[in-house]
Amino acid sequence: MTDQIVSILAATVTAGTPILYAALGELIIERAGIINLGVEGIMLIGAVTGFIVSVVFDNSWLGLLAAMVAGGLITSIHAFLTITLRANQVVSGLALTLFGTGLSGYLGKAYIGIPVTHPFAVQPLPLLKDIPVLGKVLFNHDILVYISFLLVPLLWMFMYRTRPGLLLRAIGENPAAADAIGAKVFVLRYVYVIMGGMLCGVGGAYLSLAYAPSWLENMTAGRGWIAVALVIFALWNPLRAMVGAYLFGGIDALGFHLQVLGVTISPFFLNMMPYLFTIIVLVMVMQRQGGRLTAPGALGIPYDREDR
Amino acid sequence: MFVPVRLEKRLVPSPVMRIMVPLVSVIMALVFCGIFLAITGRDPLEVYAAMFAGALGSAYGLSETVVKAIPLMLCALGISVAFRMQLWNIGAEGQFYIGAFAATWLPLTFPNLPGYVMIPGMILLGLAAGAMWAFIPAYLRAKSNVNEIITTLMFNYVGILLVDYFVYGPWRDPKGLNFPLTARFADAAILPTFGASRIHIGIVFALVLVFILLVAFKYSRWGYEIRVIGQSERAAAYAGMNIQRSIFYVMLISGAISGLAGMAEVSGIAGRLQPGLSPGYGYTAIIIAWLSKLNPLAIVLVSLLFGVLQVGGYLVQTFGVPATVASMVQGAILFFVVGGEIFINYSIKIASRKEALTEND
Amino acid sequence: MGAPFIKMQGIVKKFPGVVANDHIDLDIYLGEIHALLGENGSGKSTLMSVLAGLYKPTAGKILINGVEKKFGSPRDAIANGIGMVHQHFKLVEPLTVAENITMAEREGSFWLKLGKYEHELIQFGAKYGLSVNPSALVWQLSVGEKQRVEILRILYQGSQVLILDEPTAVLTPQETCELFENLRTMANEGCAVIFITHKLNEVQALADRVTVLRGGKVTGVLQRDEIETKRLVRLMVGRDVVSHYDRKNVSDGQIVLEIDRVNALNDMGLPGLNGLSLVVREGEILGLAGVAGNGQRELAEVIAGLRKTTMGTVRLRGEDVTNLSPLEMIRRGVGYVPEDRMGMGLIPELNITDNLVLKCYQHPRFSGRWLLNNREIYNKSTQLVEQYQVKIPSLEQPIKLLSGGNMQRLLLAREIANEPKLMVVVYPVRGLDVGATEAVHKLLLELRLRRTAILLISEDLDEIFKLADRVGVLSRGQVVGDFNVEDADVEEIGLLMAGSAKGVENDVCPR
Repeated sequence: MTDQIVSILAATVTAGTPILYAALGELIIERAGIINLGVEGIMLIGAVTGFIVSVVFDNSWLGLLAAMVAGGLITSIHAFLTITLRANQVVSGLALTLFGTGLSGYLGKAYIGIPVTHPFAVQPLPLLKDIPVLGKVLFNHDILVYISFLLVPLLWMFMYRTRPGLLLRAIGENPAAADAIGAKVFVLRYVYVIMGGMLCGVGGAYLSLAYAPSWLENMTAGRGWIAVALVIFALWNPLRAMVGAYLFGGIDALGFHLQVLGVTISPFFLNMMPYLFTIIVLVMVMQRQGGRLTAPGALGIPYDREDR
Repeated sequence: MFVPVRLEKRLVPSPVMRIMVPLVSVIMALVFCGIFLAITGRDPLEVYAAMFAGALGSAYGLSETVVKAIPLMLCALGISVAFRMQLWNIGAEGQFYIGAFAATWLPLTFPNLPGYVMIPGMILLGLAAGAMWAFIPAYLRAKSNVNEIITTLMFNYVGILLVDYFVYGPWRDPKGLNFPLTARFADAAILPTFGASRIHIGIVFALVLVFILLVAFKYSRWGYEIRVIGQSERAAAYAGMNIQRSIFYVMLISGAISGLAGMAEVSGIAGRLQPGLSPGYGYTAIIIAWLSKLNPLAIVLVSLLFGVLQVGGYLVQTFGVPATVASMVQGAILFFVVGGEIFINYSIKIASRKEALTEND
Repeated sequence: MGAPFIKMQGIVKKFPGVVANDHIDLDIYLGEIHALLGENGSGKSTLMSVLAGLYKPTAGKILINGVEKKFGSPRDAIANGIGMVHQHFKLVEPLTVAENITMAEREGSFWLKLGKYEHELIQFGAKYGLSVNPSALVWQLSVGEKQRVEILRILYQGSQVLILDEPTAVLTPQETCELFENLRTMANEGCAVIFITHKLNEVQALADRVTVLRGGKVTGVLQRDEIETKRLVRLMVGRDVVSHYDRKNVSDGQIVLEIDRVNALNDMGLPGLNGLSLVVREGEILGLAGVAGNGQRELAEVIAGLRKTTMGTVRLRGEDVTNLSPLEMIRRGVGYVPEDRMGMGLIPELNITDNLVLKCYQHPRFSGRWLLNNREIYNKSTQLVEQYQVKIPSLEQPIKLLSGGNMQRLLLAREIANEPKLMVVVYPVRGLDVGATEAVHKLLLELRLRRTAILLISEDLDEIFKLADRVGVLSRGQVVGDFNVEDADVEEIGLLMAGSAKGVENDVCPR
């Protein structure tokens, strides 16, 4: 029984990791004041580019890098449309998802069913892996999981303990105030939106290079959208995003293992759980916040200097 | 800004740009996607030619284009109702599936009903189920201000999984060789078609709806209220309108129309409920609604254009080009249109150096 | 006194169609508190925006310590030791006080050492008597505390000259008192404080010198010992006789609106109306003067049904209508011309017809249960446009394309067409030119002759004296004073507006 629980928890971490990367990416983007509903598309682009480059060059690190670059590039379209052209952020994000889904399906067609020769494999961390229970749950994974362990506190420190992080929070809350004290609002927004896109790309690449590891059309299966909801759940805080990502991962993992445990519940209903759970969480968050989210103040509003 | 370019808000959106932007966008999107095609070693012109020739060059292609355009039109009409009030219902896909699901219940449970009971019954069920699927997001939005984008979207996945559960489980046809399909509907549950083509009277639903919405938007009290609330909630409150109630009804109507689309598809095309009934009609319809500026007549035209892309994309698969090229082009069109909005709403002035310096006033 | 620290010479600032500053000279010395007094539109905010680097002057120059300077941006002004606290604070609400202040530093370390920084801030603030809690989140602060943060931020950047734009408009009396205390400390520490105001009592309580502006020109510079209320009023208002429109007297009518000790909250959840009472009779215009932010909006919205009262009753022709919905108030004949023409009264993007039926589309004449009667609506719109002589190319045009005057005329026409029993009019001529103002005023007087009760809320004394039968002053959510217009005295009203009437006299900290 303990073994079962440990393996469920370990699977929770793996299943939560792609969502975590994407959610951290989206979190940065939204902190800068831009809504990005294109996460699903960016993840797919990341997944497919990462996969193709890994297969072609037989190097998963190169694949990961390619996924980051591709994620950043595709998101820069959204950045240009919403920051420079002040386009409707909701619609632009939807376009990004559609385009990303289409492009990834197009590019990946020839690679369906091909295995990656060197996916990111499990590398137990010496010493740490021997901690009872925790070792198996946390330190018996691939390197991308370990990187995400580091990334979360680093991002938190950046946001709350450094001057650039302070400006990141300021440009999303009140760009006019940030502008007034001399922050380069437009440039910073570009930087953070593209950085966030790169992280979403990593989230996708995790699916195709570590989690699956293979390429399937639409393999994100709504994880990008869950990441968007997760950012709200996390109230735009990276630490809470981590908790949320593992919650979702846990539901994912549970579905896998319940059958093994002999619980008969339709997989379709289990698969609904993350989505229903997202809605329940949203409602709870809204109620606790008294109907007002602590979202970045300028989220979704194009910044127009002349409007001030 | 370093470049001496200034954006000046236009008082009236430019009418020329209003026409030019969508047209140029389609062309630019084709060029943009052509680059990807070219990079991957295909001749874009050849692919596009094959797409358009396939969709428009034969009676079969043309009728398939219309067949694909029907669900797109219906969903886009539904979406346009919500968008008019700035309600971002992106749950058409789920509402479509649930509409189809509810409509399926009737022929499966009462296979022997006569057509004049069966079809209207299925229509009502489709409408009601679509509305019901929008009910919870509508309720949460009106009462607790929960973002309808996320809720409608999550309900898409739930709706699709619910349908999957039934077709893989309780509703699976015992004689279906274990395929995840329901039994084929009785003839009385199949929408009549025009001649030998697959074009079914769903097109009539769509056109009637276009008419109703045109009238409603222009001539009804309700249309007037959505217009006002969509533009300014404060002015609406000032005029004594009930905003929460409107949010509610608009979401329900929007869902009902997408539910009808699902009913029409399952009854007019598939003849049975099956997974993958919609290749993302509900999402494509969002773009159509947006491109059409929520105008019902424009929705018909744009849906036909997207039908062409869809059928074309399907047909070029025989050349070994994946069908997803269609959604790629669609996404790209949306990029260009969204970006092009700026030309409609702003005029771009090149400021002289002196002007650029004395700006800021 | 020595040489002035700042010398503004012949400052001219033109906006399209307006000369906001017309050859203004101003000297500012270190260590003084200098009041800039004037009515709305007298050009005082524009002048200070020039000094703070927001506007470039059309002509004139600024000398700092005798050296001519040109400011391209607020940061240039800060670099020269001049900082401005705007009425709308430029603070990031969810961040802490310390974060907001350190954000503005140009050279800062990569890591935020907030603990150490907060300690420094407390000490720095103490020097000027500015006590703030550096680790508090800005949104948790009161308005007065936020203002203190802005001041502290400017001082911390090394400014010696502090400009405050109507700093007390948003403060409670206690906060005002504290602010004045702080400003005096700053002046004693060698800073110059410039504060923009139109409240006479504040000038008396605080200023070492005062420059009075009217119509973009300086009308006087007074030293501390020359400051005297009557003189200030004359310099500021500059009016001799108030002209009345020619009008027939309407005999005492029935009471239409009766408000009895009503309380209501403002948008911030703070008291906006404090036991306000008033009465308006048919065929009479009650003019309520007062400085913006004293409950104008709240009062109008309570009457229109848009804001709930927390106490008290509102009666319309004897019927208790407290907290009825907007629709029910419209049905009972309440017309409302809101202060925010474009944001509430009209829908700029919609066409003229749509705007003209906003308040009456539910009337059986204009719609059935489902459909609008577009022909009736069209006829009605055409008739209104003709009757009120608004020149428009087409009814299909978005209303935002019309001039402000035409927009306001149509808005009034719409409200009048509903034959209101009571009309609430807030700042009806704000932003309108002379001709349009006259037209709006004539419409209101005609409406009065048709025995409608009119509540006119305005900050423009001229307007009130021209139109009103009775005059009151709205101050801190109450109506103070009630005069027949013949008996009313401009200076007394002015004093009431400034909040220095008997009984409220001591609300500004004495020196």
